[in-house]
Parts: sequence; structure tokens; C-alpha cells
Amino acid sequence: MSKVTMTVNGRATSGDVEGRTLLSSYLRDTLGLTGTHIGCDTSQCGTCVVHVDGKVVKSCTMLALEADGAVVDTIEGQANADGSLNVIQQAFQDHHGLQCGFCTPGMVMSAAALLKDNPKPSESEIRKYLEGNLCRCTGYHNIVKAILAASGQDVSVVAAE
Amino acid sequence: MYNFEFERPSSVDDAVQSLGGEALALGGGQTLIPALKQRLNQPDKLVSLTGISELNGISMLSDGRLSVKGATTHATVAEQAREHYPALADLARHIGDPAVRNRGTIGGSLANNDPAACYPAAVLGSDATVVTNAREISASDFFTGMFATVLSDNEIITEVRFQVPSSANYQKFLQPASRFALTGVFVAKFADGVRVAVTGASENGVFRWADAESALSANFTQSAVENSSVSPDGMISDLHGSAAYRASLVKTLTKRAVAAAS
Amino acid sequence: MPKDTGIGASQKRREDVRFLTGAGNYTDDINVSGQAYVHFVRSEVAHAKILSIDTAKASELPGVVQIFTGSDFEGVGGLPCGWQVTDRYGEPMQEPPHPILAQEKVRHVGDPIAAVVADTYAQARDAAEAISIDFEELPAVVDMSSALDDGSVKVHDNLKSNLCYDWVLGEADDTKIQEAFDAAAHVTTLELTNQRLVANPMEPRVAVGDYNRASDEHTLYTTSQNPHVIRLLMCAFVLGLPEHKVRVVAPDVGGGFGTKIFHYAEEAFCTFAAKACNRPVKWTSSRTEAFQTDAHGRDHVTKIELALDDANNFTAIRTHTHANMGAYLSTFASSIPTWLHGTLMAGNYKTPAIQVNVRAVFTNTVPVDAYRGAGRPEATFQLERVIDIAARELKVDPIALRRQNFITEFPYETPVALAYDTGDYHGTMDRLEANGDFSGFAARRAESEAQGKLRGLGVNCYIEACGIAPSNIAGALGARAGLYDAATVRVNATGSISVLVGAHSHGQGHETVFPQVIAEMIGIDESQVEIVHGDSSKIPFGMGTYGSRSLAVCGSAMVRATEKVINKAKKIAAHLMEASESDIELKDGTFSVAGTDKSVAWGDVTLTAYVPHNFPLEDLEPGLEETAFYDPANFTFPAGGYACEVEVDPETGHVSVERFTAADDFGNVVNPMIVDGQVHGGLGQGIGQALLENCAYDESGQLLTGSFMDYAMPRADDVPFYSVDHSSQTPCTHNPLGVKGCGEAGAIGSPPAVVNAVIDALQSGGHDVTHIDMPVSPGRVWEAIQK
Repeated sequence: MSKVTMTVNGRATSGDVEGRTLLSSYLRDTLGLTGTHIGCDTSQCGTCVVHVDGKVVKSCTMLALEADGAVVDTIEGQANADGSLNVIQQAFQDHHGLQCGFCTPGMVMSAAALLKDNPKPSESEIRKYLEGNLCRCTGYHNIVKAILAASGQDVSVVAAE
Repeated sequence: MYNFEFERPSSVDDAVQSLGGEALALGGGQTLIPALKQRLNQPDKLVSLTGISELNGISMLSDGRLSVKGATTHATVAEQAREHYPALADLARHIGDPAVRNRGTIGGSLANNDPAACYPAAVLGSDATVVTNAREISASDFFTGMFATVLSDNEIITEVRFQVPSSANYQKFLQPASRFALTGVFVAKFADGVRVAVTGASENGVFRWADAESALSANFTQSAVENSSVSPDGMISDLHGSAAYRASLVKTLTKRAVAAAS
Repeated sequence: MPKDTGIGASQKRREDVRFLTGAGNYTDDINVSGQAYVHFVRSEVAHAKILSIDTAKASELPGVVQIFTGSDFEGVGGLPCGWQVTDRYGEPMQEPPHPILAQEKVRHVGDPIAAVVADTYAQARDAAEAISIDFEELPAVVDMSSALDDGSVKVHDNLKSNLCYDWVLGEADDTKIQEAFDAAAHVTTLELTNQRLVANPMEPRVAVGDYNRASDEHTLYTTSQNPHVIRLLMCAFVLGLPEHKVRVVAPDVGGGFGTKIFHYAEEAFCTFAAKACNRPVKWTSSRTEAFQTDAHGRDHVTKIELALDDANNFTAIRTHTHANMGAYLSTFASSIPTWLHGTLMAGNYKTPAIQVNVRAVFTNTVPVDAYRGAGRPEATFQLERVIDIAARELKVDPIALRRQNFITEFPYETPVALAYDTGDYHGTMDRLEANGDFSGFAARRAESEAQGKLRGLGVNCYIEACGIAPSNIAGALGARAGLYDAATVRVNATGSISVLVGAHSHGQGHETVFPQVIAEMIGIDESQVEIVHGDSSKIPFGMGTYGSRSLAVCGSAMVRATEKVINKAKKIAAHLMEASESDIELKDGTFSVAGTDKSVAWGDVTLTAYVPHNFPLEDLEPGLEETAFYDPANFTFPAGGYACEVEVDPETGHVSVERFTAADDFGNVVNPMIVDGQVHGGLGQGIGQALLENCAYDESGQLLTGSFMDYAMPRADDVPFYSVDHSSQTPCTHNPLGVKGCGEAGAIGSPPAVVNAVIDALQSGGHDVTHIDMPVSPGRVWEAIQK
């Protein structure tokens, strides 16, 4: 076992992990942050996406020890300080960008990273950016719409009717 | 995964010291970690290369070549190589997905030499030199077949030095599931000739399409390769495409790369 | 004007807040103190005899609690099939046993042989590798048609053959159906494969078994669409446990699409092992295991013939299908190609003579069962493809040919056992034509051609039968379960309401939608109503959520229970206001006496029910809680028309979906936003089937597509924004809400539209291609162009 420390959602954390312990396991099992999900074992689905030092990574494809000393942000740390949904989360609710909710944490974390780099992405830029995030429920329509809306763009043209 | 020790040295020398035996070098882990999850290999130690600052970064060398250090991520190449070698940056920008690009490294990709990976096409197409802690290896010597290279067990890719062509383009046709290249073609036009490197198509991994190179060296237009074709013999045939289909894609993508690079 | 509350309002989903903040509670998020972990040793070959299993070395390894093999389950029942199909000769289907752990033989890659329970998951896996198993590998049965050859290797030695059943519906007399074809002016024939798919909900399956020695009670936490069904099947058929000693909980479920309906071996195992080991036992499926163990979908090989008279009226349909069952009969496997597929072969059309023949076949592959649409996509695809080909052959407009043959009078009895209660197929087609901008297609095609691309437009109709029922008829057809649902409306003293429902949301938004209905009926705020679901110890009974049934069946039970509540509340209100019960009206949460200004609020009545100081105790019991079980009189019949525009790159064969337009008739709609979302999701999966997804085996029975690296899931950049419209509404005539169900329509209706569009594009480029099997992948399109 080795000791690992990292700042998760603004709080200092530490724990004893094995060499093989994945960052996702550290978050879920050691810290109890179960909003980060595991949906595949080939690094394809994106339900485990978190930010490490401000960048999106798949936490199931990174060892916990590789994140030693890092700043990690997960879905649990995304809401506003008063507990209300942040702009992206609120847009997902407003535009029905989630159904079963399982891919949602990864989608929100990816969307946050996209909008940080590209505050007004086009539809195709959003679709391309979500290449590593699978959703089986929404057909992606309302996810893309929610991210457009979260970036302040007019989505009335992509209304359902 | 089987358990293993984890080390994160801060210099190449220390990393080399740590390797040996059943230890494996860990770049971004985007291929190795999924393989470990399947228990496909059982290293007793993983030696992370991500803490070594001398393995990270992009710079122009005085001889005009572009140096990409071995543990530089795809995202960094996509961003920082743009002004020096736009086709290479563009290739890096289309590897995997954003999260993969933030972790995956050029050295890890080349050492793995997946037959459908993108980087081998750029390395071979740019007549690059792969530099390790022990030697310099020319691209034409580096790749020895599917998932095979000349690297020895405790050899670390420290740098890749790319010749920068006057124009170049990479065309990637996606395998729809993995989003690796079902076939990818890298075309690079140099003063002394054109190189065409193909990934994803051949059972032997990345290769140069000699006919197209000579035709394009004489006349760098799409029509120059109109009468050339790649033999389906030795092409990969699987669920996603027959050998003949891949051979056809090689030609189509070559033409498109030429058009885009012109 | 769109409403902002109650029925018809696009209420934002209340469940979203927890999902968006990482506070959802999925089964893998549940850990029971002291739990051990199980890893299953699964067959790596498709078909083999197990000669010996040696667990001695493994059981000595650190952390191992107990190792189980098939012999530990000899006294335990196997996984049951919930529907007995009777074949065309009146014989019951062949029904092989389906053990929890393999007995003597393994029959597909992934078949569980042994299970290791250990302190940690890694220890369980380490020990699993130390188990040595001797096999005698047998030839694998993979191809359905050779599986039926005399002398084929048998998947199950004790069965007569690999044929599960040979079933016929409609015109059973081969001579008579042939006469209809002999009299035809034109016959169009199509042979096709409706490929095997994997549902792949993003949440893999999980089971946690717990056992309480003090009370002798079992608890199973599981990723299920229908926890009560799991409890019933597991208790009655597998483990022989009394239902009142077993609690099955399905917390938040991360998608299902059918594949989480079924009772799986891992659920029974964890329940059994928790008692045997005296420790909670947890299993979390990897995605790799999911590909090898979740029931697959579709997998039909079909020949369909359509006969038309000289005026292009459909006169007969004959369709023969081989349906893959896989190695065992999954929970509802037998009913999918029969009663959910054969019955839909009339489609939206008045065809007088129809013969459906289905031969279900055992193979050494993962069991096949319901996947979104379940039988209906297979029916729709073949019918709408053959109609499209007929239109081309006859050089008539494909929409006109369909319109000409539409059923227009309701109720309509089809030749294949259904009675459509209502519909307006011209109405949805009108909406489709209005929204699809077909008149602009020629210009869009010209634009594509200028870019070196081919553009095609494909149109089709669909009808589906949802809310499967009634129980007595289903029972006569072989169902071994009832098909009703139940709801309890529990009014609290302060007027808030807990609704205990048998449906179980796994993404459909029940927590938001169901309260909309009750709030509207009573006239209280939706926030006063909350549903309880997914826990067999909390709700009376429930058949769960599948087959687009939740609102149509369980919602109807909820309406009935609410009506009972209102009736009782009116009695209480009448007592309080000293008025006649028949004069009491309920509006906006207030009871009033007709023609007077007397009124009493909802909360006063509910408080009176629980604090019955002034209460007609001689006539009424205190309290305000009612339960209703609702067994529908008929299926519901959503229907519609879909249109797809694709662009084909003739050099690479790549197909991109440029436009998709859906016009559906779902009857009344409670939450339009959620209905839109359900259609979007179905379209994503239907486009996925049409262009990308394919679960393939090689001839040795190895799964070629065992991960997302080879099984192509649709991604955000594979699909466009969709245009959906459900404004053409013919309410269901036999349920109280007039709703029909919307969960599967998109997946049923979209694959033929996509393929029809690809063929249209290729023909426009002068390529004589009449059909390409799904997935219409770039490689397949390119090959078709070369021919």
C-alpha cells in the first residue's frame, strides 16, 4: 500500500492505495464519491470523466498514484456554492439532457471542459468533443442542445418541433 | 489487474534504472491500463514517465526538425505543434477523444505500435527519428510489424524528431467502434520527394505506399495516383471492412490528403 | 397554449437534481457492511463438456470465502422462461433447463462455470485463475439454418433437436396462402437479416445479496426494470424461497432497454451465496461480462413476400423467420419473435391474408430476448423494406403506395390476432410530410451531388402494440405471468401523497410524470405528490417497466386508485359540510357543495381522515389510502411515419444521417418534453442499428464484438438533431388517460427509414442496389457499389 494525497473538490484527501488502484476506485470506494461511474473497461464510455489539474481524464484509465498531489474535480463539486445547479447542470435539467442519469456526470464534466476552452462551441464542435462520452438514452439531441444553451446560444431553432 | 509496484521517477536515468525484470514503462496508460484490466500482462512494477520534465515538450531544433519529447501528450502536440507542423498537430487532435488526448503520449503510442494507431503514419511519413535513452532509430527501422518495434524491454522513447515537410495532411477514416483508424493515410511533401504512410490497413502495421510516392513526387496532384492501386493482399480483413475495401480506402484517402495538402 | 402544470405540461424532471450532482443511488453505489465479492469463472469456449473442476488450490488462496460450482446448485431450480409458446402442431416448445452454474456442459462463451466469493474482488479473481477446469470441446452450433439440419450437433443433448418451436400465425394453411400469391399481379420478395444487437445500457448489471440470520430474510439489490418480477421468478422457480422472506430492491437504474427485465443467474447466485457464506455478496459486471451475459436482442433471418393486385393493393404477406434463442431461453425470449413480432405483420395496412412462420433455434450463443421494441422492430423493418422495394419495382411513389393501403376504419381486426382500437395513419403521414420538407429534397440532393455525394430520402410507417395485455388472453397464448399493474395512493394526514407504483423508472422520468397526473386529478401542487418505486417491500406489487407500458398500464392503476381516494374523500367532505355526497365537487384541491358557497379544502379532508373526530365512523373507515390493480382490455397501438435523409460518400461508403423527421401518434401526452426525449433516444438506437451496431460471432462461437472497441455504439457525432412531432393524436379508447406509450417507437420506426434512404441514394447514383443488410456500414455500402 502507498499513501496518496490529492485535493478533491477543493478538499485535501488522502488514503492508502495499491499500485493498481484506479483513480475511479479511489474516488468511489475510498472517498465515497459515487457520482463518478464505471461503464466500460476499455476507456470508451466516458461515465468516469473527471478533471485532473483542470483537464478532462477518464478516471478509470488513470492510477490513483498517478494523481498524487493533483487537483481533482468531480461531479460532486460542480454545483454552485449555495448548492444550486451550475449553469451547465441547470441547462441539462432545463433541456432534458439526461434520462437514466448514468452517463450524466461524465457528460457534465466533459461539457465543463469544453466550455472552458471554447465558450461558444458550434453544434458540430460539441458533437465532436463528446466523442468519448457514450449515452444510450437521449440520442444525444438534448445533451447537445443543453450544452449549446449553457454556452448562452439560442436553442429555439433546435426545438423539438 | 494484478497488483504491481508503482514508481514515478523524475529523470530518464532513474526510470531506466527502475525498468528491467518484469517492470513496464507507463506513459499515459491509455492502452496499457485497459490491457492490465484484462490481465493481459503481469508487470511487477509500473514506471511512470509522466513525472519526468525532460520528457515533456515540443521545440524546433536548429536543423529545422521538430522535436516532440517522448511523454508529451496528444493534447499538447495538438496545441503546440500547430505553428510548426500543422498536419502533425491535426493528426494529434483526432486521436481518441479529449480525455484520451490529455493522457496519451506519443512515446506510449509508438512503443505500442497498434496497427490502427495514427502516430506511426506521421512518424514514417515524416521520416522521423525515434530517440531512446540508448540510441537513435530511423522511422523505417523502428516499426517491425503489428504491435512490434525494435525497442528493447528497458528502452524508453525520449524524443521523436520529425522532418517538417513543406506541406502535409493526414486523412483518418474511422473504425466506427474504437474510433481508431480503419485506414489512415499521411502524405508529406518534401523538397526531395513525397512520402505516403498508411496505417490501419496492413496486417504488418504501418507501411509506405511506394507507387504513390513516386507518382506524387513527379506530380503532386490527385490525378497522379489515379492509376495506382494497393493490392488487397496482406490487408486486414475484419468485421469493419474487407481487405479490398481497405485497399480502396488507401487510394481514396491518399487522394484526399493530397488535395488537402495542395 | 402549453400548460405549465399537470397533464400536458413539460415539467422539468425532479429526479435530475440528484443525477446532475452525483447523488444518484445506483446499485453499484450500494455497499453492505461486511460484503464479500464474487467473480464468475466463465466459459471461454462456445460448447464443451466439463470433465472436471479442481478448486482445491484456489480455495487455499488468501481471502477466499467459498467457491461454488454447478454441483452446489443441483437441488436448485434453473432460470425459468416466462412464456410457453405452442407450436403449429399443438406441441409445447422445447424448453431446456438453464442452470445457475453450468452442469456438465457449457453452451456459450460467458456461460458461468464456477463462482469464487472472496474478501476483495481482486482476490476472487486471483482465485478464479487458480481453478483448473478440464473440457472436452465440442463443435459449436452458430448458424441457425445449419443448426436445424438433421445430424447437427445439439446444444442440449436431451432435446430432440435445436428447434425450440415452429410457430405459425394468421393463415396457417400453406396452400391457401399460396393461392393468394398465385392470384397476385405482382410479388416482391426480400431476404434479410435483422442483426443481433446488444442493449448496452450505460450502467452494467450489478447484484448484491444480503441475508439476515435473525429474521431469515433475504435482500437482493439489483439493476432491474421490474424488482417484483425478479422476486417472483427467483423465489418460485429458482431458490424455492417464500416471497414474504425476500425483498428485492432496484434503486436508480442506469438504463435498461429490455435487458434488465430478465432474471439472471447472478441475481439468484448472490441471494443464495449470501446465506451460504453468511456474508453479503456483491457482483458488479464488467462491460466485457455484459457483452457475454446480458441477453442480446433481434437476430432474425427472414424471407418476406408481399403480394399486390393490379391496382397495387396489398393482397397477401408471407414471412418466414429463423429466430435465434441463443443457448438457453431467457425470461421472455420465446414470446418476442412470436406474439410481439408475428402479430405486428399487418403493420398499418389492410392486407387480407397474412402468414407468419417463425422457427426459433437454439445455438451456442448468448441468449436473445427483448431489446427496445422487441419483435416489433423486426416486423416493421421487413414490412417497410419490402413495401419500399415494391414501390420501386412498380415505379410508384412509396408514400402513395402506403397511403393507398392504410387501414382507415377502427376498430380494425388484423389477420394476425390484434384489434387496433384507434389510429389515424394519414394524420401522422400529413405531419411527416409537413415537417420533413420533402419539397426541398431535390434541391438538397443537388447540393450533395455538387459535393460528390449521393443523397437519399427514405420514408416508412410503423405500428406497435404496447402495454401488453390483457392477462387472460396473454395467458391463453402461453404467458406464465399476469400483465396488469398496481398502484397504491397513500394520502398522508397533511394532504401530501405517496404513490406506490409497480412501474420502475430507469430513465423515463416517472418521478415527475406520475405526480403530474394525480396533481391534475385532485387539483393540488405536484410537489405534494411523490412516487415510491423499485422496492418490493414498499409497493403492493408491480410488473415493472418495459414494452412502453408504464403510463398506459401502471398509470391507469394509479388513476383508478386516485379515483377511489377521491370518492372516499368526497364522502368525508360531504359529512363535514353536511351535504349529500352526490353534490360534492372537487376542483383545484377544494371540495364544494354544488350550488352553494360551502367548501372544504383538500387538507382539511385528509386531516379528518386521520384525525377522525368528526367522521362518519359507522359508514367509513378512517384513513385515506387506496390500491388498484389494472388489467388493460387491450394493447395500445402507437403508430406513425418516419423520414430520413442520408448523404452517402460513394468513394468510402460512409453514410451520414442529415435529417430525421418523426411524426408519432401516442394518443394523449402527459409530459411532451419527456415524450420528445423518449423518441430521441429510440431514434438514436434505431439509427445505431441501421448504421453501426452488430453483435457478431465467428463460426467457432467466439464473440467478435466483445467490447466497445468492436461493437459500434452511436455517438454524438453519428446522429443529427431530430425533428419530432406527436401532435396527431388519437387517444387510446380503453385506458383512462388515453395514452399509448412512447418508449420504443423511435427504435421500431427508424431502421427502415435509414436503409430506405441509403438505397434511394445509391439508386440515384445509378447503382443497382436493392438491399443492404444492417448495419449499413461503410464497408458494406462500398461492397454493394462495387457489385
